[in-house]
Amino acid sequence: MSTILPPAAGGSAAPNDPAIDTGRGTGLWKDAFLRLRRNPQAIVGAVIIGLFLLVAVLAPILAPYGGDELPGRTSITPTTIPGPGEIDGFPLGLDRFGGDVLSKLIWGAQASLLIGVVSTALGLAGGMLLGVLAGGLGGWVDNVIMRFVDILLSVPNLLLAVSIAAVLGQSSYAIMIAIGVSQIPIFARLLRSSMLSQRGADYILAAQTLGLSRRTITMSHLLPNSMGPVIVQATLTLATAVIDAAALSFLGLGGGLPQAAEWGRMLTYAQAELAVAPQLAFLPGACIAITALGFTLLGESLREALDPKTRRK
Amino acid sequence: MLRVIGKRLALLVPTLFGLSILLFLWVRSLPGGPATALLGEKATPEAIARVNELYGFDRPLLTQYLTYMGRLLRGDFGVSINTGRPVLEEFATRFPATLELTVIALIFAIGVGVPLGYLAARYYGRFLDHSSVVLSLIGITVPVFFLAFILKYLFAIQWSLLPPDGRQDPRIDATHYTQFYVLDGLLTGEYDAAWDAFLHLILPGLALGTIPLAIIVRITRASVLEVQNADYVRTARAKGLMERTIRGSFILRNAMLPVVTTIGLQLGLLISGAVLTETVFAFNGIGRFLRDAIFGLDYPVLQGFIIFIAILYALINLIVDLSYSVIDPRVRVQ
Repeated sequence: MSTILPPAAGGSAAPNDPAIDTGRGTGLWKDAFLRLRRNPQAIVGAVIIGLFLLVAVLAPILAPYGGDELPGRTSITPTTIPGPGEIDGFPLGLDRFGGDVLSKLIWGAQASLLIGVVSTALGLAGGMLLGVLAGGLGGWVDNVIMRFVDILLSVPNLLLAVSIAAVLGQSSYAIMIAIGVSQIPIFARLLRSSMLSQRGADYILAAQTLGLSRRTITMSHLLPNSMGPVIVQATLTLATAVIDAAALSFLGLGGGLPQAAEWGRMLTYAQAELAVAPQLAFLPGACIAITALGFTLLGESLREALDPKTRRK
Repeated sequence: MLRVIGKRLALLVPTLFGLSILLFLWVRSLPGGPATALLGEKATPEAIARVNELYGFDRPLLTQYLTYMGRLLRGDFGVSINTGRPVLEEFATRFPATLELTVIALIFAIGVGVPLGYLAARYYGRFLDHSSVVLSLIGITVPVFFLAFILKYLFAIQWSLLPPDGRQDPRIDATHYTQFYVLDGLLTGEYDAAWDAFLHLILPGLALGTIPLAIIVRITRASVLEVQNADYVRTARAKGLMERTIRGSFILRNAMLPVVTTIGLQLGLLISGAVLTETVFAFNGIGRFLRDAIFGLDYPVLQGFIIFIAILYALINLIVDLSYSVIDPRVRVQ
């Protein structure tokens, strides 16, 4: 018996034989990364996010003035607000309070990044905790958690965030927590359904046959393999978080000084000046839209790259 | 069919029950407690003590909850702090405005979105397809209030084509029966009033409808792309059916299922969007009222609004589910 077993096709089955795929490029994430690198949409998204991160992190160096500073206080009058290029030292002009628009846009990037990352991390952590408990334990725990999630989902996302922010009082922390918590049900439900769909997979059966404990199977097998959709959602959530943060501070829930450097806040105060100084609305609005576009492009490409349907092609 | 509706409505009860508990706890966790929530931030300690006794906020939580629940079931949502009128009455006068706005936004989103998504899929990979993909991507990422600003600046301020804010020109002396201004104008024969109200709806409607439009384009395109290569479409072609029949009864009808779901899901987005859009256009609907409630910390209004929206949301989802069976006989619910 042992003598007649033919070697694998081609004869030599040495591990360094180039004809045999030793696993190069076949891993889910590595494969996804290779696909991302070839996708122009992903590259545009990554470049936008890179620029945004750079501006946000280097704000103290890049911005000519501090975020709350009003260097042009003496140059504005009730009837005139100097626009872009109209006054030396303020390339994008001044706002109603006498703040330098360029500086405020730069500091606004930092504020958006902070709110976006913190709130998404919060939503992700909370949602994953609930999702793992529901998907891993099943039974009545699953039932209770999912009913709770259903209740939270019965209120539109932004309104949920508004209600939470109303309880917490007006501050930028309130906005972070509000947006984060309002994302929890989405992540929880996504992770749970992703875990359920993996539950019947062969490798789980294999792990069970090996006699591994339920905790090991859930944490080391089920969870890592269910993370794909969650990571995609997290990238897309960064886009919604930036937009929602702007919306909440546009509605006046941000707290702090009226001239605080936040894109949404800048839009609130641009409202009255729309006819005379439209750039005060357009510049921060464009910043919000471009940032959200970056995260959306990357998230969408990541979804495509991880999708088994497109993966095999 | 009736049994299905009954069953679904029964399922709604535990969700609303849970929501009422959360809201109850929410008002009690507000800074300053429920008495401050009712009286506003500047209440004197004596007034707070009086309200606590009057409403029984000093009694055990369970007793309080039962009283609160009883009032909710009787349709008593409390009195608005800002206006001093019952919350339900405030909603009744403002909801028609928001509904009118939402309907216009939805008509725009569906009327443009479905054909555009369908054509994009039909001319897959061509210019129309690429531009619709890019446009829908922009539509998703532009915040609704920023879009509202752009529209208002261009069409109302720069070119003076459309009115910048409000629901109707205050100079028009229109009679209002239903609070649906366009409908009122048509019913009373005051066509100029109806036309003016309609003009006031265009800009906010476009702003509010753009995000749903973008999403509908994407879903329709993806769904048609998936369906148009299905086996039964090939079979229909092989049978020699007319192209029009294939496209209408086979592709479009089968592709509509996910689109209808998506349209139903847009409602939450539309309501959130309405708050922002109505703020920009000084449109006196429920959204703007909510915004004032946020600013004035008008908790009875916020609380009533959330319950109201949750019920509405659930009902719309029920309608969406039921419409499946109309579109696709296979899902005819048992």
